[in-house]
Amino acid sequence: MDTLLVVLIDGIVYASWLFVVAAGLTLIYGVMKILNMAHGSLYAIGAYTAASLVGWYFAAGYVPWASYLVFIGGATVVGVAAGVLVERGVLRLMYGSDEVVMILVTYAILLILEDLTKLVWGVDSYYSYQPYSLLGQTNIAHIPFANYDLAMVGVAGLIGLLLWYGLNRTRRGKILRAVIHDREMSSAMGINVTRTYIITFMIGSALGAIAGGLTAPTLSVAPGLGIEVIILAFAVVVIGGLGSVGGAAFGSLLVGIGRAAAVQAFPQIELLVIYVIMAMVLAIRPQGLFVAAAARKI
Amino acid sequence: MKNQLPNTPKARKGIWVLVLIGLAALVLAPVSPAQAAAGSFRLGLVTFLSGPAAGPFGVPAKNAAEIIVEGLNNGTLPAPYATKGIAGMKIDPVYADEAGGTTRQVSEFRDLVQRQKVNAVIGYISSGDILAIAPVAEELKTITVAFDTGTTRLFEEHSYKYVFRTRPTATMDGVGAARYLVAIKPDLKSVAGINQNYSWGQDSWRDFIAALKVLKPNVEVKAALFPKIFAGQYGSEISVLLLKHPQAIHCSFWGGDMESLLLQGAARGLFKKSLGIFTCGETAMYRLAKQIPEGTVLGARGPFGVYAPKSTLNTWFRTTYIKRFKTPPTYPAYVMAQAILGLKTAADKAAAANKGKKPTTKQIIAAFEHLKFEGPGGMVDMARGHGHQAVMGTAYGEFTMKNGKPGVKNVKRFAEDLVNPPVGMTAMAWIKGGMKVKK
Repeated sequence: MDTLLVVLIDGIVYASWLFVVAAGLTLIYGVMKILNMAHGSLYAIGAYTAASLVGWYFAAGYVPWASYLVFIGGATVVGVAAGVLVERGVLRLMYGSDEVVMILVTYAILLILEDLTKLVWGVDSYYSYQPYSLLGQTNIAHIPFANYDLAMVGVAGLIGLLLWYGLNRTRRGKILRAVIHDREMSSAMGINVTRTYIITFMIGSALGAIAGGLTAPTLSVAPGLGIEVIILAFAVVVIGGLGSVGGAAFGSLLVGIGRAAAVQAFPQIELLVIYVIMAMVLAIRPQGLFVAAAARKI
Repeated sequence: MKNQLPNTPKARKGIWVLVLIGLAALVLAPVSPAQAAAGSFRLGLVTFLSGPAAGPFGVPAKNAAEIIVEGLNNGTLPAPYATKGIAGMKIDPVYADEAGGTTRQVSEFRDLVQRQKVNAVIGYISSGDILAIAPVAEELKTITVAFDTGTTRLFEEHSYKYVFRTRPTATMDGVGAARYLVAIKPDLKSVAGINQNYSWGQDSWRDFIAALKVLKPNVEVKAALFPKIFAGQYGSEISVLLLKHPQAIHCSFWGGDMESLLLQGAARGLFKKSLGIFTCGETAMYRLAKQIPEGTVLGARGPFGVYAPKSTLNTWFRTTYIKRFKTPPTYPAYVMAQAILGLKTAADKAAAANKGKKPTTKQIIAAFEHLKFEGPGGMVDMARGHGHQAVMGTAYGEFTMKNGKPGVKNVKRFAEDLVNPPVGMTAMAWIKGGMKVKK
């Protein structure tokens, strides 16, 4: 019983992290039909920013509890700025290109941002563990869990809720959904699609950077961080259905709990489980679990 | 239709631009060896300069190469390395990045040898890279010294003429860890392992557990976990280890993975409940001193870094390194220094035998085989792999904070025959045969 509970908690914690990473990716695809490979770099930039800010903040001896505001805020600001730069600087010149071309473009951006990260932060790893240990532990099923990890579940839930509310209950969200549904018709109805693109890419980039910022205290922030993450995020988004925020949440849960169960029962196939889930979903519903099959426009 | 160049002003401008680029390339191109000073020894130095392995391994190794090359060229190293350069020649280093995988590394190696005309290459942290490079080194007849990679396959499965390795194999790390664990926990009943899911992690666990089973046949393996390399998130693995509660946990993680596991384990008290044995742990002891619990077992993959014995050479190396880079040298720095000094010793010996003239590759190889030389980590004996593979003793100890400074206590040293297979025997055959030591 204890083991089952632990699997469930580990699975949900891992899923929360995956969801925060994947939410921005799926939002950008949903609106702009761009599979943004550079999302991994935005995640890494968020992580480096947060790690630097935490290092500076604790070295200065300020109140520890306020550090959360500083590093999450810092990662968000940098994510928004990077998003605007990428969208205005490169992507807007490529709109209308084939989806495959856009993948290549965003992959090129990923490589450039990876090198830029190295130029700014070097190749040494950065630590920012203070916010991670500050929250303490909670014993569940006779083993300790880091409260920071448990808090990630709340943060992921909050991000999911805000996205749901923003998309379904606000005017701007309804405009966004209209663009997701049919960008040509939206344009014909007077919606400023370009502005929608900028806002979407900004929010998506910020979400990537926030994910990196939130993860930074839990690990060693080192080169290559973003590339590892993007593969998992793609798996989650593909399972849920490209462009579906609800799908990303469900895909994260499926992958998170599947992986946690595998680590407990069959650690040898831990990695395989993620991609078996993805393959099974694609075999049954090629468009993903939460996206309805659509007729192709000619 | 005539195939002629267009004679428009735009085309003429384009041709002039091309000519200028060509001239600039000629002027800016690296000096070819033929143009280089006749007395220089061009040394290719390959290590990770980008990617996740750069920070913990590649950069310390490059730093060490810089100070050793500079020290040798200026003649500022202590004896027995007080003579300048290599075989009297000034060392001309050519650095290359090891990142990018084996295919790229083979191309880089060919470039170093065929275009840059290096006299020898020292490099390779990744086992996959050295296994791909070794046959090419043979084909190109270039002395290649592996400075850090630990795979036993290099000389157990092959016999090379031009390839040398100046550090012991990874077998020493696993056997040394098992011997140390049994020495400090004679009542050991259970262990678990968490190692990366690729050849390094799998082989490290295989050697450790096989050696431990020899020393403690009834030890129970509570879990053997192999997360993906660079996974970064180990929440589920930590839960498994907390639930199974083994007495000790073996871990050969390196770099960011090791540091992430230490951070996440510390937040959940994992290594306070079970003794952690980190075979590569020394690289993190200064950077994560506040996160490593007292008593955690740390290895340095040999008598390097904090385990290096006192000597004039070691004191010079540590002092110079700390002065230049503001941090103590970790084991990748030691093994790089050792490789350069091994090559220098062999080349100097060959030059002396050649009456002071520049030695040939064959003469250096002959001098290198079965060589004994001093490194900052102690004496190195090229006693295995037909004189191409080094053996050394090793050391393990427990992490401690003394007066706010990280260090090690309860250090135990194991002689080379206790942790390395004898001549003509594979590592696994030796371990499974009871790790017998020849008298």
